[in-house]
Amino acid sequence: MMTESVLYSTLLLTLLGGIAAAVLYFVSKKFYVYENPMITEIEDILPAANCAGCGSPGCKSFAEKLVNTEDISDLFCPVGGNDVMNLVAEVLGKEVTEKDPTVAVMRCQGSCDVRPKTTEYQGPKSCAISAMIYSGETDCQYGCLGDGDCVIACKFDAMYMDKNTNLPVIITDKCTSCGACVEACPRDIIEMRPKNKKDLKIFVSCMNEDKGGIAKRACEVACIGCSKCDDICPKDAITMVNNLAYIDPVLCTLCRKCVPVCPTNSIIETNFPPPKVKKVKTNVKEKDEPVKSKTNA
Amino acid sequence: MLKTFPKGGVHPHENKLTSAKAIKKMPVPKVVYVPISQHIGIPSIIVVERKNKVAIGQVIAKSGGYVSSNIHSPVAGTVTKLDKIIDSSGYKKQCIVIRTDAKNSSNFDEIKFPLKEEILLTPSEILQQITKCGIVGLGGATFPSHVKLILKEDNKIDFLIINGVECEPYLTADHRLMLEKADEIIVGIKILMFALHIKKVVIGIENNKKDAIALFKKLLKNEDRIKIAALKVKYPQGSEKQLVKAILKREVPKNGLPLDVGVIVHNVGTVFAIYEAIQYNKPLIERVVTVTGKKLKNPSNYWVKIGTPIKDLIEEVGGVPEETRKIVNGGPMMGKAIKNTDMPVTKGTSGILVISKEEASRKEVENCIRCGECIFVCPMGLEPFLLMNLCERGMYKRASIEDIMTCIECGSCSYVCPSNRPLLDYIRFGKNIARKLETVKN
Amino acid sequence: MNTPSIIISGSPHIHSDRTSKKIMYDVVLALIPAFLVSLYIFGIGALIVTSVAVFSCLLFEYLIQKYLLKTEVTISDGSALITGILLAFNLPSGFPIWMIIVGSLVAIGIAKFSFGGLGFNIFNPALVGRVFLLISFPVQMTTWPTSIDNQTTIFDAVTGATPLGIIKEGLMFGETMTEISTKIPSTLDMLLGITGGSLGEMSSLALIFGGLFLILRKVVTWHIPVVMILTIVVITGIFWRIDPQQYANPLIHILSGGAILGAFFMATDLVTSPMTKKGMVIFAVGIGLITVVIRLFGAYPEGVSFAIIIMNAFVPLINKYFKPRRFGAKIKSKII
Repeated sequence: MMTESVLYSTLLLTLLGGIAAAVLYFVSKKFYVYENPMITEIEDILPAANCAGCGSPGCKSFAEKLVNTEDISDLFCPVGGNDVMNLVAEVLGKEVTEKDPTVAVMRCQGSCDVRPKTTEYQGPKSCAISAMIYSGETDCQYGCLGDGDCVIACKFDAMYMDKNTNLPVIITDKCTSCGACVEACPRDIIEMRPKNKKDLKIFVSCMNEDKGGIAKRACEVACIGCSKCDDICPKDAITMVNNLAYIDPVLCTLCRKCVPVCPTNSIIETNFPPPKVKKVKTNVKEKDEPVKSKTNA
Repeated sequence: MLKTFPKGGVHPHENKLTSAKAIKKMPVPKVVYVPISQHIGIPSIIVVERKNKVAIGQVIAKSGGYVSSNIHSPVAGTVTKLDKIIDSSGYKKQCIVIRTDAKNSSNFDEIKFPLKEEILLTPSEILQQITKCGIVGLGGATFPSHVKLILKEDNKIDFLIINGVECEPYLTADHRLMLEKADEIIVGIKILMFALHIKKVVIGIENNKKDAIALFKKLLKNEDRIKIAALKVKYPQGSEKQLVKAILKREVPKNGLPLDVGVIVHNVGTVFAIYEAIQYNKPLIERVVTVTGKKLKNPSNYWVKIGTPIKDLIEEVGGVPEETRKIVNGGPMMGKAIKNTDMPVTKGTSGILVISKEEASRKEVENCIRCGECIFVCPMGLEPFLLMNLCERGMYKRASIEDIMTCIECGSCSYVCPSNRPLLDYIRFGKNIARKLETVKN
Repeated sequence: MNTPSIIISGSPHIHSDRTSKKIMYDVVLALIPAFLVSLYIFGIGALIVTSVAVFSCLLFEYLIQKYLLKTEVTISDGSALITGILLAFNLPSGFPIWMIIVGSLVAIGIAKFSFGGLGFNIFNPALVGRVFLLISFPVQMTTWPTSIDNQTTIFDAVTGATPLGIIKEGLMFGETMTEISTKIPSTLDMLLGITGGSLGEMSSLALIFGGLFLILRKVVTWHIPVVMILTIVVITGIFWRIDPQQYANPLIHILSGGAILGAFFMATDLVTSPMTKKGMVIFAVGIGLITVVIRLFGAYPEGVSFAIIIMNAFVPLINKYFKPRRFGAKIKSKII
């Protein structure tokens, strides 16, 4: 009879369901793992980017570290920044250090037109592998290889490869300074430099440590180590090491004196207004202009 | 029945274009560039300064540690600068640049060296002399030879194997050396036997050098202690682990050395250099180099002074041919492609190969079709397709577990892959990272 | 900007002549004798089924790669061509065209591309297509036009059954093997192709020629075909010895059905078979065993396709546990 079969199947399935529920309940109670509820609270505060910029493999793991470590003053989440770290400090009652925001900066301008290719590379398209095999397709063994390991490493879509210049471009608004691109570059071309409100930056966009003549032959915009920038810097922020100038971002006051003296235009300034054109003093007075005296009211 | 190693190996075309050409002397170059790191181990320490005058054979860089080697001036001349010159990888390395004084540079060249059979030194003096003369393995590995000869108390060596295999296509340096200096090589072997107290020697020669095999068999007719083993022509027969397995059927344990199975292996070129060092006090300042290529006008073998720029060699054989696309330092399977020919010949340069358009370009990479060819040809029993997959995904620890460090980088896997996958590039990369992880762990 | 003339790459700087295209086209060549036999036996029917299968496989691969996945189109590498031919060889002549197209879509779209494309699929695509069609359209998949009767047209087909089908049915109705053997073709007929079945199951001789060609060209090794056939022979032989009236003799088992086609062309598919010799032997034994179990004790008369697909699922496990011996590792045992 149909009603019998419906009745029996319903009863049987209900019984099975009940047994399964009971088993699941006992197992969940017996194998319960205690987890500090603060870990979940901290995890909610963290930005959930899972980028490993803090040094831990993911946000949950960083939350565990924050809760379980006594002194968290040297732990920092670069994506969340000072806001997130201050919140964490409030919740946990521990002290955190404030860090200045930084942004990734790409220090090579060797595009195809200024840094000609002298060989052709055939092999896996990965900067790390081609750097291991040889010094690169151009005569500069310090410059960007153009295969995009940094772009692939960026999880925040803050980098892309410019097809015309074959160099990576960093979108500073999206950069969270997690440090993945710095890790990925086999030549340490990308550096973290301080970020200010208007994103003003001055830096030497070159890594070339060869002597001037060799560097210039390999790339037109290479730093040739002439020291003109070092001589003119009023704050002694520029150091010359191995024929390469380096501008210390902490000492630099962004006065821009070094930019025009560089003979190869190797120093880059970003987001500054164009330099004011100085009026040239002449000895000839304009005849029609009345001489203005200081005592005029 | 020719002996061979049982697992793996490939048969590239032999292309021994220069096997019938006697070794000629390369004219002394005007400038030599002597790198301070021509061997495995610590780079040597420079002991000369700019404007110093040096005599031929004088020490210009001292050994930098235990696993290191002395470097001697190949010419008489003046040190012009201590500069960084690009090496085969395109990176700049420290070199000593000497301007040659042609008059006095023929000290060792012109004097005829009669065969000297009598061994006048004691075993420890032999060892000292080999160390002093900067002898390194000339088969391509450039391992300092004296380190191989320093035996510990519990090392029991019963066999010395001489590697005359030269399995790489195109190269004929060892072949010609065996044909032209057979007597000297035999004396060199006896020197080693005396120094190491070894009573049994086997010379391994591939079967495509039948004249060398016949010559050595004739010369060693009355010598019971030294035997010749004719080996099947298969790459990489010249790899020392495969050589020991083929001749003696002993397998060197994983991450071990031939020393662990009671064997020492030396290349014929190294043995000849040892003969010259012991009998004539001549340091390692020149070696045989094969300059070859299908489109070259006159491919040949040369005695070349260390530090000679490679472009001089290519000029000597008729210049760079029209459609050259690749110039390789070494053989086509394990050699390094070089960026320009200004770089010098070093102790490890066994050949210069000029490859033209048709052979030079790599074809497009396709998906792995799991054909298993790479597993079949790997002489070390590895799975190259798996190692490449792991390295692509950054799983280096797992690659270590899969024995990536035992790879001898012979290139057989990339050679056969029907999908043109760059297996060896990824495996080398993985080895580098795995090695760094090991040192960090320790 | 002129391209520089010197090339740099890692070693090795030479490459053997083997390419995957050559391997694929060698397989196509090996299948030609069997295709010619099927043309002779089934005439236009064979031509239509094969060309529709091939064309739709190539078309679907092109469409999926170009418009769905937006990657490079690789239809000229020969893999879709082989899938098309092998799928056709598993179908009876006179199979409706729209069903062939559905089968091709399943084979290429589901069995190949949903796993990642060439080299990533776990199951043999042609067999997945065939099994899908068998389960979805069982009647049309088991309607076999007989051979010699229909040389010129498919429309007036006189349908018959395959030898294995006749045997299964006969045994179900309690007939003995001696009675059944009068109804099925002789072993010589089966060798040459005067039998019923799908396009590819006709001439065992032509298939064996193709298989030997593949082994000589080093596209496949002898391990899988020989061990699989040997397993089938041994197991059916044991049962035949026990009761010759209930079980067909091993020769009939080998020469009928998809055993030879499966052994040389389906089980040996490079992507879906194990990569070491030891693994291949285990794989082949498994296929032989499952085939015999299905044939003798299962509901279907033919078990090769199911057996191969089931063993395909074990291949990653086989690859994991049957690794080649590392040089210098302690020698445990010497196999092959």
